[in-house]
Amino acid sequence: MNREDLKIYTARYIDHAFAITGLLCCLASLGIIAVLFFDLVLDGLPRITSTFFFSFPSRIPEKAGILSAWVGSVIVIVVTALFSIPIGVATGIYLEEYGKKNWITDIIEINISNLAGVPSIIYGLLSLSLFVYLLKFGESILTGGLTLGLLILPIVITATRESIRTIPQSIREASYALGATKWQTIRWHIIPYSTGGILTGIIIGLSRAIGETAPLITIGALTFIAFLPSSPIQPSFPFISFGWLFDAFTVMPVQIFNWISRPQKGFHINAAAASSVLLVMTLLLNGIAIYIRYRFRRRIRW
Amino acid sequence: MVDKIKAEVRRLNFWYGDNHVLKNNNLIVAEKMVTALVGPSGCGKTTLLRSFNRMHELYPNTKSEGEILIYPDSINILSKEIDAIKIRMRIGMVFQKPNPFPKSIYENVIYGLRIKGNSKKSYLDEIVEESLKKAALFDEVKDKLHKSAYDLSGGQQQRLCIARALATGPELLLFDEPTSALDPIATARIEELIASLKKEITILIVTHNMQQAARVSDYTAFMYLGEIIEFGTTNKIFTNPSERLTEEYLTGRFG
Amino acid sequence: MEATKAKEKIIEAGLLIASASSILTTAGIIFVLFYESFPFFKHTSFFEFITEKQWTPLFADRRLGILPLVAGTLLTTLIATIIAIPVGLIVAIYLSEYAPSRLKEILKPILELLAAVPTVVYGYFALLFLTPLLQSFFPDISGFNALSPGIVMGIMIIPYISSLSEDSMKAVPMALKEASYALGATRFQTSIRVVIPAAFSGVASSFLLGISRAMGETMVVAIAAGMMPNLTANPFEPVQTLTSYIVQVSLGDVPHGTFEYSTVFAVGVVLFFMTLIFNILSFFLRKGIREGVR
Repeated sequence: MNREDLKIYTARYIDHAFAITGLLCCLASLGIIAVLFFDLVLDGLPRITSTFFFSFPSRIPEKAGILSAWVGSVIVIVVTALFSIPIGVATGIYLEEYGKKNWITDIIEINISNLAGVPSIIYGLLSLSLFVYLLKFGESILTGGLTLGLLILPIVITATRESIRTIPQSIREASYALGATKWQTIRWHIIPYSTGGILTGIIIGLSRAIGETAPLITIGALTFIAFLPSSPIQPSFPFISFGWLFDAFTVMPVQIFNWISRPQKGFHINAAAASSVLLVMTLLLNGIAIYIRYRFRRRIRW
Repeated sequence: MVDKIKAEVRRLNFWYGDNHVLKNNNLIVAEKMVTALVGPSGCGKTTLLRSFNRMHELYPNTKSEGEILIYPDSINILSKEIDAIKIRMRIGMVFQKPNPFPKSIYENVIYGLRIKGNSKKSYLDEIVEESLKKAALFDEVKDKLHKSAYDLSGGQQQRLCIARALATGPELLLFDEPTSALDPIATARIEELIASLKKEITILIVTHNMQQAARVSDYTAFMYLGEIIEFGTTNKIFTNPSERLTEEYLTGRFG
Repeated sequence: MEATKAKEKIIEAGLLIASASSILTTAGIIFVLFYESFPFFKHTSFFEFITEKQWTPLFADRRLGILPLVAGTLLTTLIATIIAIPVGLIVAIYLSEYAPSRLKEILKPILELLAAVPTVVYGYFALLFLTPLLQSFFPDISGFNALSPGIVMGIMIIPYISSLSEDSMKAVPMALKEASYALGATRFQTSIRVVIPAAFSGVASSFLLGISRAMGETMVVAIAAGMMPNLTANPFEPVQTLTSYIVQVSLGDVPHGTFEYSTVFAVGVVLFFMTLIFNILSFFLRKGIREGVR
């Protein structure tokens, strides 16, 4: 082998070695998720029974369950969604379709990008001061939902913008040429064509919210909750009540944190069981998001 | 017809997926001459050119049959046993649009040597000067060798890309419509350059500009729908083509 | 016609108000942090805050030096970065330059799951899986330590680094890569010598974003790093980060308006500005790519 050949051989060798390293790194991450999941399920399996889902937390690990936690998670997420989706999508549409290139939109853009990077616990501090004390919402479902809503707003906005950005200008021109107004164009073309991307972003955002712990601990959600929020439907006039918005709550990740922090091994088993449930919930949401992204990408091709 | 053969295409077939884009191509490339591949868009001329340095291997779903031999050692370029990297070190390429790397002029020229592991400064300096001189660029850039290649004009960038291809001392240089992104003056300079380069090196050029083919090439192959319809001296093809299709294309009746 | 015009105007105004809410959020954060931490900074000299080597705001003998918390944050962030930057970069290069497109379609969502796992679950993993595992190799690691949550945070931020880096590598024009291959370069040489330099601002931006993430991460360190302010560079010892101090105080019932209450916001100010620097640098690097590519 001459020197030239040796050099090519070496370069090829490094190239192949890197390809294997790269694949291994990717597979390692799959492996880590698998280890994580099996570790949790193995630890928590003895506890995953129907009583676990339908019992309140308790001083005795074997009797404790996640009823108030999963109900709380679902309700808080609904509030989060109702708050963040309209504002997030509206902001995304404004910035892409209306916002002129000037210093105001520049500032909004820097601002959103920064908000996406602000640590979640800082949102907790904002809510603690603003919602809990200043607006006197207390440590309530409303405060929790608004906190997580603010937290995922940048995700929803960014997803909306990126999705709108893939729509070619020719579609807008075609609509205007037929005499449509700006809002009609948005309503009948821009929003429908970007639904896939927006929906994906919303689900990713909500799955992030469902797993958030730190900001909720900061607003004081780490309390012993052995009851469910009051029902929105009441037996007497006016039949609908928003009292539940101001009820105290707990959510899955906060309950898990609570159990991890206890010294008794029995509570660690509860934490593992609840973590498996939470992990399945988030992975499911992410799976749905991936599926939607895939479906819409196949349906619309520019 | 041809004095000395540098490369020879034999029964080459090529597919993109199910799309049969080169059909039984046969071609000879004369040493130290310029051979032009012409034909309407989509005729396969660029695919044929890129088979010479196996660029198609960068993309999935391509398949080839047949052989391309390079002389004097009669190696089949397309053989799986031959390393594509070795082929690409013997055969240089210049692309449609100037594509210098986001590096200095100097680093652009010696890129091919760097990846071979050359780092001796005196040797590299010498190669940079020699290659830039061959590419008729040295006088314009000798004072700013360490400035970004992006500071150059489009025409200068393309000559830098030629210098970069020359630096590794290739035996055959492939040009893929090298002037399609350039203005007429820059184009004229590249054409002059090609004329001077052929003293030392064999050139295969794809062009859709008929005048350019007539001006720069010694031999011309006319391709249509993946087939080589006619091959001959440029003089013969342009003045007295044997095939009706060639004549119709050259006189602008289709294309 | 007039009615349509009026409707269009109203809609535009409504959308503008919605976008303004993001500005209000930032303004709210900055206002709240400064307003609520005011009592703290009124009682503490800035000099003491940045030079004192102990942080004991909840003790009778109050020492108010932020250094131990900053050190804890930087130590866990450093460990996370040492894991996440090389792996994230390798993964990005692999996905962008090596992986066949079918494989890539499968690998990318799986990688993103790493960022989707709730952080409290990662905390459990660090405390009850990784720490015992590390202890079997290094017996002198304490039950709470900086190393284990640092590693887990590193795993968590891999996808942030790999996906942003890969996006900018994908944006490198194919013409440049082809030029490199045509000169006989391997994929690895092309990646290192052409792709990474051309995608540099995006790659650097992803690093900064990953670092900012690690600095702001709360649950993993709150669960697995301990709650002991500790000015140390030893990853085997327990540490407290800025974020886990906030959690520690929130766990107790700290009445609104007390001095302890204001310490949380003082720590919040420091955390906010530390991450802000990285976020803004990262933003401008990314913006540079979008506008600067030729």
